[in-house]
Order: sequence, then C-alpha cells, then structure tokens
Amino acid sequence: MPRIVVDVMPKPEILDPQGKAIVGALPRLGFTSFSAVRQGKRFELTVDGEVTDAILAQAREAAETLLSNPVIEDVVNVEVVEA
Amino acid sequence: MTELPLIGEAPVAADSRLDGAKIGVVTFPGTLDDRDAARAVRLAGGTAVALWHADTELADVDAVVIPGGFSYGDYLRAGAISRFAPLMSKIIDAANSDAKLPVLGICNGFQILTESHLLPGSMIKNDHLKFLCRDQVLRVENNTTAWTADYAAGQEILVPLKNQDGQYIADEKTLDELEGEGRVAFRYVGFNPNGSRRDIAGITNAAGNVVGLMPHPEHAVESGFGPESNGGTDGLGFFTSVLNKIVGGAK
Repeated sequence: MPRIVVDVMPKPEILDPQGKAIVGALPRLGFTSFSAVRQGKRFELTVDGEVTDAILAQAREAAETLLSNPVIEDVVNVEVVEA
Repeated sequence: MTELPLIGEAPVAADSRLDGAKIGVVTFPGTLDDRDAARAVRLAGGTAVALWHADTELADVDAVVIPGGFSYGDYLRAGAISRFAPLMSKIIDAANSDAKLPVLGICNGFQILTESHLLPGSMIKNDHLKFLCRDQVLRVENNTTAWTADYAAGQEILVPLKNQDGQYIADEKTLDELEGEGRVAFRYVGFNPNGSRRDIAGITNAAGNVVGLMPHPEHAVESGFGPESNGGTDGLGFFTSVLNKIVGGAK
C-alpha cells in the first residue's frame, strides 16, 4: 500500500522550545557535536490503491489546512513512498 | 434561574432583564471547564445553554463561550481538530456576521479561536516546557470589547492560569498591528508565565466581539473559590459585560 509522507517543521523564525530542551539533553549523553535541534512532525497517509495526481493534491491541501498551522509551521515535504 | 454561590451573597443582584439572555457553552471531547463556565454564566445572572461540538445549530444563543480543557487530547496541535467541528463553522459564521455574535475563548478555547483564524497568532509550548498553574495578575488593556466593558481601562485582575501550551506568538507585523489597533485585551503583570510575546495574555478581534485569553476568568467568580487576595470574583466581569451588552443597557 503506498503512503504519502508529509513533513511539517516549526517556522525557522519561531523558537522551538522542545528542540531547545533536546539540544540541552544531548551533551549529558556524550553527544557533543550538535549545536541545535529542531523538532518537527512526520505524517504517513496510507492510500488504498494508486496515488493519482488528484489524491496527491488532496494530501497537499490537507497538509496546509489541517496537518500544519501556517502561522507557526511550514510543510517542508510531501512525497509518495511505495510500500 | 440565577445560581447561588456556595458561600456568601449572590455576586450579582437578580435582574429580570437578563432572564432571556442565553449564553452557549461548547463542549468538545476532552473539554474540562464547561461546567465552571456555565456556572459563571449563571452566577452572573444569565442562562447557560449546553452546546455539543457535533451540533449543527447554535440554538439561538446570544453569545458563546468556548471553554478550556484538552479537546481531542491536544492531538496534532491544541485546538486544531476542534476547529473543524460542525458547530465551529456556525460559530465562525456568526462571529463574522453583521450580528457579530460575542465569542469568548478561554485557554483551549483561545487556541481553538486562533486555529479558526477568528483571532491572529498561535500558542506554542511554554518557554519553560512545564505545565504551570498559578494565580495570575492581568491588566485589562482594552475595556471596550463585548467581554471587558465592565472593567476599568488599566484595571488589574487576579485569575487562575493553568496550561502547558500558553506561549502566545505572532510575527512582529501582526504584533505591531495588534498593539496599534488596541487589540491587546489583556497583558500579564509582574511575571510572564510562558514567554508570550509582549506579555500578551489575551487579544480581541477588530470588532471587539471575539476575545481569547489563556487565563481562566470562569474559575474566579465566587468568594472562597477564586484567588483569595482579591476576593475571588475578578473573573465575573467577563460574564456581566457580555450580559449587559446583550440586554443593551448599562448596569
């Protein structure tokens, strides 16, 4: 079953409190090479059958209207992944 | 059918003009504060009407309160799924109509109003990442809205605050517009509990009928149960303000 993967990230200009907490925790585990972390979301939309252009367009619309809030987030990637 | 407080005197004298004034209180799956909001409406002298998120009609209410809680478990984003409930499209239409239905969003209700684009900006996780519950001083910055007219401009009120995703953010242009148009309705005083931009605790739309804030006025409406130092009833003004507006007269 093919899936449409949607990646959503906080906008670059918006401070990401969760990412900031994670970057603070990394050195405590000995991971000292990372200067910043930003945490986003990955959605996997399963499609029964073939992913047509119309279905992909629906996924893009859903990504902009429900899956992300354009005030604080950007949809950074929408792609089809074959199972 | 004015509700009596558990202790002390009725905070608002019975007023027959308020008998027909109906304020809807919306319940979503995961709403917590609908009972308290309905009680606040009754203590202020109005009639509370329970509205269900799946309703398709507004039941002729004169105003709507969208109360706090964790609708849909805050899944996806706080308020994001509730925004698409059938009743919300009715509320959005009524708020934007010529009748300008008064709508108050408290906490999760505020988050639902920003997700609905009735109010600008958004809330993200508190800058300190923790759930915070405290008595919070707010300054009433705009007392010309449907929900704040019974307060004095600049009046400081003490109400409970309790949230995890309470950090109000918007881009600088939007913030400047809000400030320039007097649409910052409430500001945190003394302590910014969540990193909100410019200490903003609540905002209004341009028409003044839609107001949202993170703190909880509905928990400060009767003696002995709200924050004690101010008598515990500083939140009652939200509900008397809108009731006075509905009956079209001064107190």
